[in-house]
Amino acid sequence: MADQPAVADRETRILGIIEKTRAKPSKFREKQITMAHGAGGKATQGLIEGLLVPAFDNPTLSAMADAGAVEVDGVELAMTTDSFVVRPLRFPGGSIGDLAVNGTVNDLAMAGARPLALTLSLVLEEGLPSDALRAEVEAIAAAAEAADVEIVAGDTKVVERGHADGMYVCTSGVGQRDPRAALAPDALEPGDRILVSGSIGEHGTAIMLARGEFDLDAEIESDTRPLWPAVDGLLEAAGPQLRCLRDATRGGVASVLNELARASRVAMIVNEGNVPVQPAVAGACELLGIDPMYVANEGKLVAFVAPEAADEALEALRAVPGCERATDIGEVKTDPPGMVLVQTAFGGKRVMDQLVGDPLPRIC
Amino acid sequence: MSMKYVDEYRDADIGQVLAGEILAAVEPGRHYKVMEVCGGHTHSIYKYGVDDLLPENVELVHGPGCPVCVIPMGRVDDGIAVAREDNVIFTCFGDMMRIPGSESTLQDAKAQGADIRMVYSPLDALRIAKSEPDRQVVFYAIGFETTAPSTALTLKRAKAEGIKNFSVMCSHVTIVPPLRALLESPDLRLDGFVGPGHVCTVVGARPFEFIPADYGKPVVVSGFEPVDILQSILMILRQIQDGRCEVENQYKRIVPYEGSTAALKVMEEVFELRAHFEWRGLGFISQSGLKLSEAYADFDTEQRYEVPHVRVADPKACQCGEVLKGVIKPWECKVFGTACTPERPIGTCMVSSEGACAAYYNYGRFAREREVV
Repeated sequence: MADQPAVADRETRILGIIEKTRAKPSKFREKQITMAHGAGGKATQGLIEGLLVPAFDNPTLSAMADAGAVEVDGVELAMTTDSFVVRPLRFPGGSIGDLAVNGTVNDLAMAGARPLALTLSLVLEEGLPSDALRAEVEAIAAAAEAADVEIVAGDTKVVERGHADGMYVCTSGVGQRDPRAALAPDALEPGDRILVSGSIGEHGTAIMLARGEFDLDAEIESDTRPLWPAVDGLLEAAGPQLRCLRDATRGGVASVLNELARASRVAMIVNEGNVPVQPAVAGACELLGIDPMYVANEGKLVAFVAPEAADEALEALRAVPGCERATDIGEVKTDPPGMVLVQTAFGGKRVMDQLVGDPLPRIC
Repeated sequence: MSMKYVDEYRDADIGQVLAGEILAAVEPGRHYKVMEVCGGHTHSIYKYGVDDLLPENVELVHGPGCPVCVIPMGRVDDGIAVAREDNVIFTCFGDMMRIPGSESTLQDAKAQGADIRMVYSPLDALRIAKSEPDRQVVFYAIGFETTAPSTALTLKRAKAEGIKNFSVMCSHVTIVPPLRALLESPDLRLDGFVGPGHVCTVVGARPFEFIPADYGKPVVVSGFEPVDILQSILMILRQIQDGRCEVENQYKRIVPYEGSTAALKVMEEVFELRAHFEWRGLGFISQSGLKLSEAYADFDTEQRYEVPHVRVADPKACQCGEVLKGVIKPWECKVFGTACTPERPIGTCMVSSEGACAAYYNYGRFAREREVV
């Protein structure tokens, strides 16, 4: 209020305290694991930054990239691993087998590495129909072929009925880092453009509807796909001016932006009206009270590009099949550091914070 | 599925025109405080940045209309106690999961082994009861007159189908008594009310006539899109400008003056008023809560299970009550943003995304004067 300067000062001071608290590494303080620890928001961050990273203390892990860098006699490799616990196993647009391949090759691609080989672990539940297993093995083989990687080793375990939702799948991957890539989460500079590779929120929405818990019918398919071709195109167009890449999986685009705003100590502004969202996804999310910016994708990346290379990068991205709707959604700014702001289509501004709690069922 | 029909109510150009008309309708030297009663409005205001389009001297005050925020701690404890009973599947809306009870939350109870499931409607809970006939399914019903009819219809269906393993723990509340309590509060300074459009689709606009009649404040029943809200604020300011004071209906496309006779009838059949109900931060308000009627007593969770009914005082540091009354802004609370945050809430206003504190923390922290550079 303009007529009460003391009050305004107090508000500013409190906002300052909140900003400072946000910038600190998250702590892991809960007495037990809740579903929120798996949702990709603040609780997940607390688990990773508060327990795992300090325990394994090393610079590669602390860099918190989607894949870790390993050098062997001058050969630059990237390694990553991922587990898949989605229910239902099959859903419109894909299945757990597709996710298991694409999730891991995409984590390699986000580190600027061409995926080379995967390992596969299957945890199977007693009573799983063999046909269901056979279908997933075929899906894994087809997805691996499409992503141009080989499954070079594997493991199988069986657990008693009731101890897994049919099957859990874990994949680990190795890739070779591309010499054109100079990607880092703390490399963002004010002025950088923020690109998304297509319309967002499809995977998470497809899974929610496929679970049949809502009386909603909409033709929404998961967007699961390998992203190396998109990364290859971006590297060719922008090279070292491509600052950082993230695939917007659990927690959605909003979580990616918040994570990198913190890592690079920059602000971001997103033009809500430019963010591509399929009408069916927007409608379903509206009815469920969820913002598509927080909904998982399994085949969409967010790219941060220096302004002078942004147009070429966007053009290159749009030339890749599946990325035709790639769009520039915003800009990296200086202040307030660590914060992501949205210019709403209605003309107002608001903060887009990290996800708190667990609004969504298991999605990957 | 397309949301095309709402686009015109989110049009930025119309928003700018209304913002201009609002600026023209206010006296520059005067400060205006307008309360939006419903949490749905609070959420829209932040989501779309509606307050960015208002002049400095028009202040929005968030009212008591978030159904999650008004549930007192003791009532959460009661829910957790029932959820821990043998063979119970406890169902509730997602927002309820993280509300702090005196010692833990439903989310904690779930991690400790209670079978607690999030549902989007009471019918989902009834469906679970039908598919798991050997279990007892409890639905924790919350909300104003907006959600009460769907609970009532679900109970009617359960009764008609003779479903024995389904019950409702009723914490439904009504909107008029807390508004009257607010208006009686001596420290309240408000110039008008944005009326709760969703509630009014059920009860109509008529029950709000007492506000201009007894307390001399204008009321405009409003829709939930940003254009609706701006237009309602303009209508309130115009009433003040013209020296009028009445109930107006901006949300005529949905809200009939008399409400929905069908919904009111089914509510009357299934519910009756409790003598008193405790509100978070506002204390006991007489005839403000609903319980199941005699005809539906068989479906009342509180008749089936031993419920502790221990009253727990609101935490001392928490000023949810003053926030709900609109006496202080969220950030004026002693613990806001420091001890009380969305991930570790002390007060209920910080839990639900419709809660005044959580909405301010998530969306409003960015003070409007501050530019992004």
